[in-house]
Amino acid sequence: MLYVIKRILATIPVMVVVALFVFFIIRLGPGDPASVIAGDYATAEDIEEIRIKLGLADPIHVQMGKWMLQLASGDLGHSYHSNLQVTTLISQRLEPTLLLAASTIILTVLVAIPLGTLAAYKAGSWIDKFVMVFSVAGFSIPVFVLGYILVYFFAMELRWLPVQGYKSPFEYGLLPFLRHITMPAVTLSVIYIALISRMTRASVVEVLNEDYVRTARAKGQSEFKILLRHALRNAAVPIVTVLGISVALMIGGVVVTESVYNVPGLGRLVLDAVLARDYGVIQGLILFFSFIYIFINLLIDLSYTFIDPRIRY
Amino acid sequence: MTETTTIHVKEDPSLLKIIISNKSLTAGLVILAILALIALIGPFFTGDPIAINPMKRIKPPGPEMWFGTDPLGRDIFSRAISGGRISLTVGVAVAGVSVFIGLFLGLLAGYIRLLDAIIMRVMDGLMAIPGILLAIALISLSGATILTVIVAITIPEIPRVVRLVRSVVLTVREEAYVEAAIAAGTKLPSIMIRHILPNTIAPLIVQATYVCASAMLTESILGFLGAGIPPEIPSWGNIMSEGRTYFQLCPWIIFFPGVALGITVMSVNIVGDGLRDTLDPRIAKKM
Repeated sequence: MLYVIKRILATIPVMVVVALFVFFIIRLGPGDPASVIAGDYATAEDIEEIRIKLGLADPIHVQMGKWMLQLASGDLGHSYHSNLQVTTLISQRLEPTLLLAASTIILTVLVAIPLGTLAAYKAGSWIDKFVMVFSVAGFSIPVFVLGYILVYFFAMELRWLPVQGYKSPFEYGLLPFLRHITMPAVTLSVIYIALISRMTRASVVEVLNEDYVRTARAKGQSEFKILLRHALRNAAVPIVTVLGISVALMIGGVVVTESVYNVPGLGRLVLDAVLARDYGVIQGLILFFSFIYIFINLLIDLSYTFIDPRIRY
Repeated sequence: MTETTTIHVKEDPSLLKIIISNKSLTAGLVILAILALIALIGPFFTGDPIAINPMKRIKPPGPEMWFGTDPLGRDIFSRAISGGRISLTVGVAVAGVSVFIGLFLGLLAGYIRLLDAIIMRVMDGLMAIPGILLAIALISLSGATILTVIVAITIPEIPRVVRLVRSVVLTVREEAYVEAAIAAGTKLPSIMIRHILPNTIAPLIVQATYVCASAMLTESILGFLGAGIPPEIPSWGNIMSEGRTYFQLCPWIIFFPGVALGITVMSVNIVGDGLRDTLDPRIAKKM
């Protein structure tokens, strides 16, 4: 219990560092947000007015104090263009991204873990070599190139799936949702399947050499049960760790995938904010995604005790 | 006489021999060398990558235009070749700079307790910020040039290098030969350079290849999102970005640079894996 509290408290300094980072990037960078917002034809007075409105004219420590207080109350700032709260914008765009991420994780776990286990079980066989080649290739193809290759074959040539767009399952039902989410989810999951299957293979290979696996075989347990109960359960910790680390990768992937398939989610919100140079939204989103990353890694650290009862704090 | 000479023959096999004995590493290095050569001298032989030719708009790949042309009549082959030069430059520059800075910070963090706490907290925070978003923010604030793109991709790569170097330093500083050096009164800078630094080289070379691969992918993603190197300088990312609008009409604009990028990144990754296995099997576990 003490560990849990300690671990939760340990996220605070990380969040503070993230907040400071974002604060200084926006304010101390070579560009001036106020003059960018004001546009090319603005006069010096216009720029000064915007600077005062945004609080950029205050001394830097006052700005920092205000910013920290604002963040502590859960306020991620507002858009410099539409004046909407960033939290409002996020809640409008959350659903597609959440469902895309969930589909990707489900697909990854369903494909990568059996594939990696099989590769470890038949180490040195053709399936093992295939997994190794696939994982190197999966790391090397840019997400959007893969996306366009899929669009070319499955949407333009074969016409099996729609080219782009998103249909909410709550509005249009499950089938249209699945038809639209399949390609984005496959696109986004390839890199994770590469990563997780390789990790699964490595940790299962190690576990299969353990004495308890030999004991299980000796007492006549079926190979399937050995893999599932003994090998995979003991190999779970490194696999789950990699899943956590790759959340950061996924956030970048979401931005790209959503713009390839025109999914109106958080990734598109990032891109729209960048194109509109809306620094209020950009900094709010960076903070939001960083906090999500910190939170997920907290959950994963805490889950170790459940996955592996040998780990006690 | 012959006996004395045979005794001296028993040396370690040379590095070159070790590298050649690893087939995939050799293959990766050869492909990479060819790609680097094309990027280096290719632009002198191909046509102008930014020349507009309305007579040759939207030509599919064929014997005259190997990779086809785009809606402005620009030759995708010339563009892909000169884009490769930019992508490789970005990859190598990011790898070099992030390894250099990461090495410096990692040595400090690993050896000086007080700095360790500060540096590692900052690195934890930096790691929590998704790299692509950080790069996008940095570039959109400071204006897109090749230099700002390199800086923006480098910053998110630094924490991984720092962590790696720090972990090597923490292991090595407990070794008997380091303790012996301290006992003998060797000064700190000289312990760092003579005893600690050489141990970081092998893992850093491997890490540098992974950083290079990931930097080229990030560059292409930034270019693709329109937040990277400006379109006047063709890079694989921004060529593909321009191909987005016309994808249904001329898919080859995305296809060829995409495949080129995939092959390049893959050969860099293969070289990284090969070096990891060859240089020191022990470091494989730290990656």
